[in-house]
Amino acid sequence: MTAMGHDAPAGDLRLANLTKRFGIFTAVDDLSLTIPQGSFFALLGASGCGKTTTLRMIAGLEAPTSGQVLLGDRDIARLRPYKRPVNTVFQSYALFPHLDIFENVAFGLRRRGIRKVGDQVERMLSLVQLDGYGRRRPAQLSGGQQQRVALARALINHPQVLLLDEPLGALDLKLRRQMQIELKRIQTEVGITFVHVTHDQEEAMTMADTVAVMNAGRIEQLGAPADIYEFPATAFVANFLGQSNLLAAEAAGPAGGEVPVTAHGGRYSVPVGRSRIDHGPVYLGVRPEKLHLVGSADQVPAGHQHVTGVVTDASYVGVSTQYLLRTGWGSELSVFVANSGAAGPLPVGTQAVAYWDPRHAFLLPREPGQDDRTTPVLDEPVGAAS
Amino acid sequence: MSALAHVPTGSGQPATPPAARSGRYRFLPYLLLLPGAAWLFLFFALPLVQLAAASLYDPSGSLATGYALTWAFGNYPDALQAYWPQFTRSFLYAGMALVLALLMGYPLAYAIAQKAGRWKNLLLVCVVAPMFTSFLVRTLAWKTILSDNGWIVGLLRDVHLLGPDGRLLATPVAVVLGLTYNFLPFLVLPLYASLERLDYRLLEAASDLYASPLRAFRKVTLPLSMPGLVAGTLLFFIPASGDYINAELLGTPKEYMIGNVIDSAFLVRLDYPQGAALSFLLMAAILAVVFGYLRKAGTDEVL
Repeated sequence: MTAMGHDAPAGDLRLANLTKRFGIFTAVDDLSLTIPQGSFFALLGASGCGKTTTLRMIAGLEAPTSGQVLLGDRDIARLRPYKRPVNTVFQSYALFPHLDIFENVAFGLRRRGIRKVGDQVERMLSLVQLDGYGRRRPAQLSGGQQQRVALARALINHPQVLLLDEPLGALDLKLRRQMQIELKRIQTEVGITFVHVTHDQEEAMTMADTVAVMNAGRIEQLGAPADIYEFPATAFVANFLGQSNLLAAEAAGPAGGEVPVTAHGGRYSVPVGRSRIDHGPVYLGVRPEKLHLVGSADQVPAGHQHVTGVVTDASYVGVSTQYLLRTGWGSELSVFVANSGAAGPLPVGTQAVAYWDPRHAFLLPREPGQDDRTTPVLDEPVGAAS
Repeated sequence: MSALAHVPTGSGQPATPPAARSGRYRFLPYLLLLPGAAWLFLFFALPLVQLAAASLYDPSGSLATGYALTWAFGNYPDALQAYWPQFTRSFLYAGMALVLALLMGYPLAYAIAQKAGRWKNLLLVCVVAPMFTSFLVRTLAWKTILSDNGWIVGLLRDVHLLGPDGRLLATPVAVVLGLTYNFLPFLVLPLYASLERLDYRLLEAASDLYASPLRAFRKVTLPLSMPGLVAGTLLFFIPASGDYINAELLGTPKEYMIGNVIDSAFLVRLDYPQGAALSFLLMAAILAVVFGYLRKAGTDEVL
């Protein structure tokens, strides 16, 4: 497949105004993005956000309603799937049950008329640590092994882009962590562009160089995992990627290097560089682990801001304790306190003060009339279809 | 919660080992076998032995004078000598009908299984519906359809595919068409069952791995439908090659198959030794064809 790439200086994958409608439902809405060659890119979103449809359009299994899929300079949006230098690791693995592992892995090579496949297949099987499994049938393998066969079957073709459709969704937690590291290792080793679709934010953050958070067919935010996490662009992202305490506030324009806001009668400020918006209705956001708990307001260090409340719940989760702090106006803030042994646990019912460094807060746009969003967003059940 | 709550409590009771089952039930499986085995013995094994004996009777005997078991193995070569054209014709017609049925039945089964959506059950009923009427009635209906003044013959004469005196009835074409029609459901149903289980995502995977639709069919769909295809062809071919109704009603003695000869040997000419010998020859020929075919098709799911 190298012959295809000679006129494309960069084998970047670009989606240009890609749209897919099913009847009146718009699954993917005017999507444009560039995925640099050799990167590990994650499309993150809840079920039905259009991420799998996007992937299927890149693979050619779904025809776009409009828009382009460009690989280098070449528009492949109208090519049949078997003519594209793109391979997929399917969520269901879709291994051929009538072929043994060797023939499953060799399938793509054989279809392209390559006769001597033995060495390549053996090398690929050892890359995914399945040496000696060649003569078995897929049904004789465990879920994790089948997943690795699916990966080997796609990788052996040296595609320009490898698409992964929730490939770890069917595995249990421990195996999933192991495979995440494995996938990352293989991607670094082969240097192929990986486009990974997942609803698991932790998976996206551990593995990808770049994460695009999708919602309702559009990309809400795109960037490095740390950048998105530390400074989300929208309330949706703030709560989909990790969780956030978002307080409904009003901002009245920047003053000096800061944007002063009022929220529930209290006055706070956020550095200009941490504000997506500087006037009108805003959300004042702080991540739970950026909040610290002390017994009274005079223990709050200088330069920090705080709210007072009552501890209503304390969940001990080993590495940290997760508190809920009910504020004077009734919202419950999440506070994660690392169990470093520095402070004793706070019993439920105690008066406490949560404080934060204003440089850790952020301001996001808010629809007028929307209230605080502080309830933790629960993770989707593992393996949910998308 | 106290730590004690997590101690498994059910471990004190060891599971009863299967070998220690009470002796009263040891013979139960054999008892359950008994009705079926007795049925098969009385109505299959015994008649088969009787038929084998009949095939070795002295050919000069008759119903009136009685038969003597003289171990007349010569009955076999004699029967084959006399009726080898009908033998070949049986397998030829059944084979041609099978090819026609495959050409129609595979796409039909595929369409019903993979593309019919909510029409699936209705279409399946349509495939089976003709079976609600008797085999004879259906074949007689074909006699009307193919008759010399029917619209099909008229149409074929008009487009000059048939000469002005050309006919369909009483030709090999009519017999093969009749066989095809009558046994088509036996081919379609097992094939449908196989194709219905085919996961379309495997076809997506094949096309993702550079297989054109035709290649995907040959490398994925066809091998995965093999159990149904083998079962269907056997269910079609075996009764079709032994059939005599279609040749009788739609053909002439020139189209007679081996079934017609056996029929007349037992019921018209009353030559029991010859009829029995021909029956065994047909059975042996079909078994040979089936085993040869299964060996070639190489599916372990059928046998």
